[in-house]
Amino acid sequence: MIPASFDYEVADSAAHALALLAEHGEDAKLLAGGHSLLPMMKVRLAQPAVLIDIARVPELAGIRVEGDEVVIGATTRHADLADSELLKAEVPILAYAAAQVGDPQIRHRGTIGGSLAHADPSADLPMTLLALGGSVEITGPAGVRLVGADDFFVGPFESVLGPDELLSAVRVPRDGSVKWGYQKFVRRANDWAIVGVAAYGGRVALASMGGTPLRATATEEALRSGASAADAAQLAADGTSPGYDFHADADYREHLARVLTRRALEGKAG
Amino acid sequence: MTEIKLTVNGTTRSDEVEPRLLLVHYLRETLGLRAANVGCDTTSCGACTVLLDGESVKSCTVLAVQASGRSVTTAEGLVAEDGTMSAVQQAFRENHGLQCGFCTPGMVMASTSLLAENPHPTEQEVREGLEGNFCRCTGYHNIVRAVLAAADKLSGGSAPAEPEVTA
Repeated sequence: MIPASFDYEVADSAAHALALLAEHGEDAKLLAGGHSLLPMMKVRLAQPAVLIDIARVPELAGIRVEGDEVVIGATTRHADLADSELLKAEVPILAYAAAQVGDPQIRHRGTIGGSLAHADPSADLPMTLLALGGSVEITGPAGVRLVGADDFFVGPFESVLGPDELLSAVRVPRDGSVKWGYQKFVRRANDWAIVGVAAYGGRVALASMGGTPLRATATEEALRSGASAADAAQLAADGTSPGYDFHADADYREHLARVLTRRALEGKAG
Repeated sequence: MTEIKLTVNGTTRSDEVEPRLLLVHYLRETLGLRAANVGCDTTSCGACTVLLDGESVKSCTVLAVQASGRSVTTAEGLVAEDGTMSAVQQAFRENHGLQCGFCTPGMVMASTSLLAENPHPTEQEVREGLEGNFCRCTGYHNIVRAVLAAADKLSGGSAPAEPEVTA
């Protein structure tokens, strides 16, 4: 399958990428690893007229500590997150989640910024950012704005990112002592989660339980009220709206959410 | 058209390509390197796996322009000038790590990348490390045997004739 024709521009800085976005308008898309965008272009679900390659912008990659946060450049690849000693020590749930994305080849190309901007409700990193209560740095013509994970995802494959904006970095709290758990239920290797759960402290996020990654708010409230993990997990599907496909119907997804949330709250990773 | 300059199997190449040209088609059709196969064409099966700067990637989901300035290695490039196969290739042959052979170049490249990152993998790490490569003959046991044998050979050990692999 061959994508539709497009023009190819290489950005040499974030400012250059923004200028190219301003020049080409809504017909342009940013390209980093291309592991969400290129598959969509090959089946012509996306037909941008211009691709702006930001993978060669050094300032957009890398992982560093800033105060009580870890700041991750948007074009940092899943493999770099999974291998990062800094992340393993300071934000272990994120290093673990990155290692669950796709397969090794995909992790060698896909980036954290690309995954978040793609806003797939079944994907690993959107759910994990939500559990962490992190934020994204969005750079646009008016400067930089910070958007919290709770406000970033607005629908299936839709975020608040504007067509003239660049998701430039990701900020997550750093505290290696917070109890976390991660559960991803799949029937095939390298697949998306039929249901996923990321638990970080008292925050619980769900994948594939609605149009966006969702907080399990009833579970979180029960935990705050002193409920046991097992009792709180019984509420994990409350307020969710899972869809159905050939893997699972809504009832089964709700069941999985309860079971996987209990395991995640027990600190299990799998 | 966009000019790309890259190294393929150690040789510097320069070509004018359409930006939408996929790396796998550049390799197969422009350069005539047919080891990387197009299988699923959807980033799933791994038959098109090549090395980009030494790391495994699925070349059906990389644009040729994205490889500009970088180094690409295909299964052809693992063979020495005198025809000697790499340790991984040799191990696939000795352990019957292939049946129809369609997935084999991708399996070999993914295994080469895996052993570069983890020279002493356990059997489980080999299985998980190859999760991006499908063998529709389902010949996985001998593929895992081959990768473990290659790891042993590359680390200078004396490979047992039949490494222990449990079903």
